[in-house]
Amino acid sequence: MQSPFNEIDPGARDSNSLIAEFREATKRYGDVLAADALSFGIRRGEFLSFLGPSGCGKTTALRMLAGFEVPTSGIVLLDGQRVNEVPAYRRPVNMVFQHYALFPHLSVAENIAYGLLQRRPRPDRADVARKVDRALEMVRLPGFGPRRIWEMSGGQQQRVALARAIVNEPKLLLLDEPLAALDRKLRREMQIELQTLQRQLGITFVLVTHDQEEALSMSDRICIMRGGKIVQSGSPNALYDEPISRYVADFVGKSNFIEGVFSHGPDGTGRILTPSGQLFEGRVSQPLAPNAKASLSIRPEQIELTHVSRGGAEQVTVINRIFLGEHTEYLVRHAALGDLLVLVARQAEASEGGFAPGDTAFIGWAKSTALILVQD
Amino acid sequence: MRLYALFVYVFLYLPIAVIAIFSLNAGRHASQFTGFSTQWYAKALSNPFVMEALWTSFVVALCSAIIASIFGTMAALGLQGMKGRVRVLADALIYVAVMVPGIVIGIATLIALVTLFGWINPLLALLAPEGRAPQLAMGYGSLIAAHALFSMSLVIIILRARLAGMDRSLMEASADLYAPPLATFRQVTLPLIFPGILAGFLLSFTFSFDDFIIAFFVAGSETTLPIYVFSSIRRGVTPEINAIGTMVLAVSLLLLIVAQLILRSGTRKGGR
Repeated sequence: MQSPFNEIDPGARDSNSLIAEFREATKRYGDVLAADALSFGIRRGEFLSFLGPSGCGKTTALRMLAGFEVPTSGIVLLDGQRVNEVPAYRRPVNMVFQHYALFPHLSVAENIAYGLLQRRPRPDRADVARKVDRALEMVRLPGFGPRRIWEMSGGQQQRVALARAIVNEPKLLLLDEPLAALDRKLRREMQIELQTLQRQLGITFVLVTHDQEEALSMSDRICIMRGGKIVQSGSPNALYDEPISRYVADFVGKSNFIEGVFSHGPDGTGRILTPSGQLFEGRVSQPLAPNAKASLSIRPEQIELTHVSRGGAEQVTVINRIFLGEHTEYLVRHAALGDLLVLVARQAEASEGGFAPGDTAFIGWAKSTALILVQD
Repeated sequence: MRLYALFVYVFLYLPIAVIAIFSLNAGRHASQFTGFSTQWYAKALSNPFVMEALWTSFVVALCSAIIASIFGTMAALGLQGMKGRVRVLADALIYVAVMVPGIVIGIATLIALVTLFGWINPLLALLAPEGRAPQLAMGYGSLIAAHALFSMSLVIIILRARLAGMDRSLMEASADLYAPPLATFRQVTLPLIFPGILAGFLLSFTFSFDDFIIAFFVAGSETTLPIYVFSSIRRGVTPEINAIGTMVLAVSLLLLIVAQLILRSGTRKGGR
């Protein structure tokens, strides 16, 4: 029975809308803490990514959801049930493996039907065949059923692996670096397809990746991981605009960092005093102690590159220019601050005129776009 | 150097070729070719002693190969689950077992079985004191046991290589797709290692069929084909022996080639 208060009671709604949850879930291999007291909820129907470098614990988190790892302590919940010791074959969860793990001795159709055929009582043959055909159509491989696995290209194998998982209509679809083995163009295509498929099916997707572009472009929500812990989670926009630490700012998108010592400024702003004696102002989103080491983060697209100095601009030398179509990426060198990346939109470059390596130029940015972050 | 290599091949294969050629000799003597005939094949195949020895060899080879395949597969799967030093040691011991000379295995098996029978037979006599107690002795049982024991290491080596080359995530994928461990074994592991098991079976069969040294020690009153050939030679080499030798060679070669083909096609399909 649904209480009418559910609509307005965020607590009750939350526990209902979580398809999976970690509560203080810890996984220890000898001395290594692969997952360090993870507490985190996965919402029904969302596309969630675990993003981090190798060894950050993202794969361990995924494998605890799949049932391949039993947490050393803590709880893993699936649809409200504690599943710590429930083996993988009893979990309504499917995984797309990094190297696909397709069965080489079975045809494409047999691979896709594998999960359906394990059900007891055995499902109807015609029903299985129909579901397999529909799954093949969904991954845009109609008619490929009788093919052998080794006759398929990497991209096609990827689609078969996807079809093999979604045909079971799992509560949770786990994707372990699924696009890592594909080339760049194919990867872009699959990103869009995965996203479309997720919206169509309404299945909760959990993706593990070390590729920030992949996570940013597909996910509703991203968990940035480091050393077995979740550092920050939020929408791609939130992580990009409001990172809580230098680590997150560095991992999500590109950024320039100016290191120095922190001090408070007026109206909740802050200042960074660089070793060279320069003072920069910026926004402060996380509490910082005076005299703490901190970094000023400025995104490359927020820096303005000009031929003549405007108020408060810094003089730099252009080192390198990379034409990216819509944007041009400049690498500029500042005498005290070192090398900085500047992204100039095509329009701005047209009105300002281009820069060549060796040119002297000036950089400036709005104070509100600079963010002072904890050095971690 | 090429000439040297050529001589090596000549020395290796000439005696075998001579045996095959003289098996087609019409004459009585093994050293004089007097004309083409297949009469010695017919004679060998109609000789009741040859046929009996052939049957013994066949039964021993079949039984020992089946036992070696089953237990070798189980051992290889068990070793796969082991970790670290224990596995390294177990692997090393398997290779040692293959390299131990046949004569050592023969003597060791003989002594072990005789000692074992020495303990068991009095116990059996005690259980049935009427003097009708079955007595264990050398024969089919000891032949099969000794051959199975040796062949098992061949099967283990072949399967270890195959299992090591297998993607472990295939088993995880099967579990992820709701197959319990036994179903995973039946539907994924077994089909993928089956070519290895079959190849191991054929190699075991060939080994047992050809073996003389181990069989000589543990055969008791039984006569396998190699033992028959050995004892006939003491009465002089006839083209009949050549015919038997050629047939054994042909069967062995055929099985070895089949085993190789299975192994190779298996790696191509299963490999990645």
